Amino acid sequence: MDIERLTYMANQIARNFAVQGETAAVAATAQHIRDFWDPRMRKQLAEAGGKGLEPIACAALDCL
Amino acid sequence: MGYEPQADFGTPEVHSDVSVTLTIDGRSVTVPQGTSVMRAAAECGGQIPKLCASDNLEAFGSCRMCLVEVDGMRGTPASCTTPVAQDMVVHTQTPRLEKLRRGVMELYISDHPLDCLTCSANNLCELQDTAAQVGLRDVRYGYKGASHLDLEADTSNPYFDFDPSKCIACSRCVRACDEVQGTFALTIEGRGFGSKVSAGQAGDDFLSSECVSCGACVQACPTATLQEKAVTQIGKPERAVVTTCAYCGVGCTFRAEMRGEQLVRMVPWKDGKANHGHSCVKGRFAWGYANHRDRITTPMIRESIDQPWREVSWDEALEFTAARLTAIKARHGARALGGITSSRCTNEETFLVQKLVRAGFGSNNVDTCARVCHSPTGYGLKTTFGTSAGTQDFDSVMQADVILVIGANPTDAHPVFASRMKKRLRQGAKLIVIDPRRIDLVRMPHVEAAHHLPLQPGTNVAVLTAMAHVIVTEGLTDAAFIRERCDWDEYQDWARFVSDMKHSPEVLEAVTRVPAADLRKAARLYATSGNAAIYYGLGVTEHSQGSSTVMAIANLAMATGNIGRAGVGVNPLRGQNNVQGACDMGSFPHELSGYRHISDAATRALFEDDWGIALDPEPGLRIPNMLDAALDGSFRAIYIQGEDILQSDPNTHHVAAGLKAMELVIVHDLFLNETASYAHVFLPGSTFLEKDGTFTNAERRIQLVRKVMEPANGLEDWQVTQALANAMGLDWQYRHPSEIMDEIARLTPTFSGVSFARLDAEGSMQWPVNDEHPAGSPIMHEAAFVRGKGKFVVTDYVPSDERTGPRFPLLLTTGRILSQYNVGAQTRRTENVVWHEEDLLEIHPVDAENRGLKSGDWARLASRTGETTLRVEVTDRVAPGVVYTTFHHPATQANVVTTEYSDWATNCPEYKVTAVQMSPSNGPTDWQETYASWSAKSRRIAAEPAE
Repeated sequence: MDIERLTYMANQIARNFAVQGETAAVAATAQHIRDFWDPRMRKQLAEAGGKGLEPIACAALDCL
Repeated sequence: MGYEPQADFGTPEVHSDVSVTLTIDGRSVTVPQGTSVMRAAAECGGQIPKLCASDNLEAFGSCRMCLVEVDGMRGTPASCTTPVAQDMVVHTQTPRLEKLRRGVMELYISDHPLDCLTCSANNLCELQDTAAQVGLRDVRYGYKGASHLDLEADTSNPYFDFDPSKCIACSRCVRACDEVQGTFALTIEGRGFGSKVSAGQAGDDFLSSECVSCGACVQACPTATLQEKAVTQIGKPERAVVTTCAYCGVGCTFRAEMRGEQLVRMVPWKDGKANHGHSCVKGRFAWGYANHRDRITTPMIRESIDQPWREVSWDEALEFTAARLTAIKARHGARALGGITSSRCTNEETFLVQKLVRAGFGSNNVDTCARVCHSPTGYGLKTTFGTSAGTQDFDSVMQADVILVIGANPTDAHPVFASRMKKRLRQGAKLIVIDPRRIDLVRMPHVEAAHHLPLQPGTNVAVLTAMAHVIVTEGLTDAAFIRERCDWDEYQDWARFVSDMKHSPEVLEAVTRVPAADLRKAARLYATSGNAAIYYGLGVTEHSQGSSTVMAIANLAMATGNIGRAGVGVNPLRGQNNVQGACDMGSFPHELSGYRHISDAATRALFEDDWGIALDPEPGLRIPNMLDAALDGSFRAIYIQGEDILQSDPNTHHVAAGLKAMELVIVHDLFLNETASYAHVFLPGSTFLEKDGTFTNAERRIQLVRKVMEPANGLEDWQVTQALANAMGLDWQYRHPSEIMDEIARLTPTFSGVSFARLDAEGSMQWPVNDEHPAGSPIMHEAAFVRGKGKFVVTDYVPSDERTGPRFPLLLTTGRILSQYNVGAQTRRTENVVWHEEDLLEIHPVDAENRGLKSGDWARLASRTGETTLRVEVTDRVAPGVVYTTFHHPATQANVVTTEYSDWATNCPEYKVTAVQMSPSNGPTDWQETYASWSAKSRRIAAEPAE
């Protein structure tokens, strides 16, 4: 799948959770991706190594 | 079953805690105080003659047929306008009354064409019945006096005729238009003998008037003055079957009135709890698509999409399909397969499609059209309240004191509910409209919004946060409700957030373009006026912050204590007839029926035990993800039931590319829709008239769909899915949809009390229906939220990434129109095209003038995604900088220009915000012409080989 699209989606999720503060936002972003993303999407995002991800989304990647 | 008209008690039902007992023709009867004598008589089996009375209209007292005598009362009062009184003694049949009634009837008949035997209403005519009832034998005045018999009929409306020569000026049509529909299109013109029914202004006919063709006047007419053309052409119905409409999420119930296997007319069912005997132009009249010449009734297959279709037997089609699905699964794994359930199909059919995907294909790649409409409702309301559904029944609106409509256009998209809402507004409830367009509700006959906040598209969250700021900082919250019912700590976090000055209306005005003073007044009105109810639609959900907006709405309702009783609540107005049901049935890739996550081992075990197969514990792909995955080769085959994603989903080019990349596209539909241009298998579908099942409407009301004719294709849709499942080696043995519902009830706690037998006996039920709520749940969260404590969620405004700029300075928002429905596959194949034969683009006069455009001109509409052309309508309904169009016609393909920006939580597309530019054009774009050519080519059906 288009990694740019997946990166954009992860950043968008993170931006909407950001208001909760960094720690909570990281956890919420990771949980959201676990709950709603197909495994191949998660895998591909993880394999991209965080390139293009904003800090909260990048930190969430480590929790997946 | 023979044909019987619906019972008519003459005047509306009255609700009162006080009962009154009286005697009518020697029979004792007890009724609620305030009931009319006419209704009391009808309730004890009597029949007082009447012409101007009907129980869906207020008493009028003009026809003088319903006169009665009352002991101790002078004269002969009209029973429709005379309320009952304790110990009243009424006589409905006396020599004096008989003489009076016959005399009045003589006058009516002296000015009525005596063509009963050839009249379309013969044996369906209340005038004829009443003449017989009063024993009319002679007309002493003769028939040679002045009359109305030469008046010309108005046949302009495509569905009904108006023949004034048969009119008795009872005003039932005028009152139905006023009281039931709320359009006020009809009037009685002239006085005395010159009185006549008139539509619109002088010179108008029905078609050119404000009439919205809801048909309430036709239903109200006691003669053949207003008559369905179909009755004239086909004849009197012979039987009637109650079923549920397949258009919008209101879920009107109708009597399908039949003559043999032919549908004569759809008449709204007076006992229907969603519509109370009312309808709109689509439900009542726009069913002609069922027999349209475009309907495909034979299965078809082809090896590749550049070939013509080949008609084959069901066996060959299913064998072809199953073999390819099995082969793709063997080569690429289960996760390469998926399906889309239909919000137009029944709960049972939807349940089977998701079951086929999960248990047959072996993946969770199942999604539904709610992905592109109300998926944010599911996410937002589950997060805040604990369940993915609206909180109220429709009747609740009649107890609202203030109604906030945001991102919805009920008079166009949910017209029957809109009529109820307008009735409440005429009774004095206040209205707030938050919408970029000046929708009809903002100002129409006898309805005017107290506040219209014409926000900049994409700023819903900012507007709602500013309203919350006013409510919290001005001390207008319901602290007792919040402390008792909600998480107090979360509330405090939210209150601190919204109280920040940066969220004040004055600061946010720069973003929202809503005058701060107006917003403050609207917030105060919402918070302080008694029962406050919020109704919303796709103008809320189809944004990059759709889910945040739903949660912001929920926050407002909780903060003001407007949850858990009649007259309040959070009410999503669902687009398609069974969007709610499709979501309930486990159509989303991450959850099983009843909104339980697929990762929950206990829930999964329940299904695994019942179905005898292990389920994938991981969430599957959503529709846009499926298309993305198709392009990288990891998603190869899709089964699409009753959905046209090529026309309905955003960025048409991307959808087409995704479909084209797949090895197998199976379209199961009534017509060769736009998506079918990319399909390899076409399985013909059945209409709602040809199947049994249930639909669930926007108020969680489950209602029976009853088969009134045999499927033209030979199979109901659930049978097709079952046949495909069995061709893939599953062993499904459902004999009737009721057995599927039994399985749903067995596996879904909120449906555990639902069965066809109960639905048949009770008419409808609103889930949850279970041991805790044995009679169903008209209103949710009454004592506590489903999740326990209501959850306040801080919703920060995050601007859309779709921005205007020098190249694309205008914002496009899309929507629908009254006469058309969704992608128009059904309504474009009816006479409704009279009102809307093409998509038009609304543009403000200033923007139009700057571009040299005037109404009727062709214009090029371009975005970063694509371009199309369509005709322009210059109007100040839209604000400067905003343009609007509908998406009903494939020739326009409005979604060629919409983008792939979507809701952060659910990927619901951001249809409501697209940066565009407009410029004059002289005709269709190259793309439109190419598409039209491709579309025609892809619909070719190979001729049968010669014997």
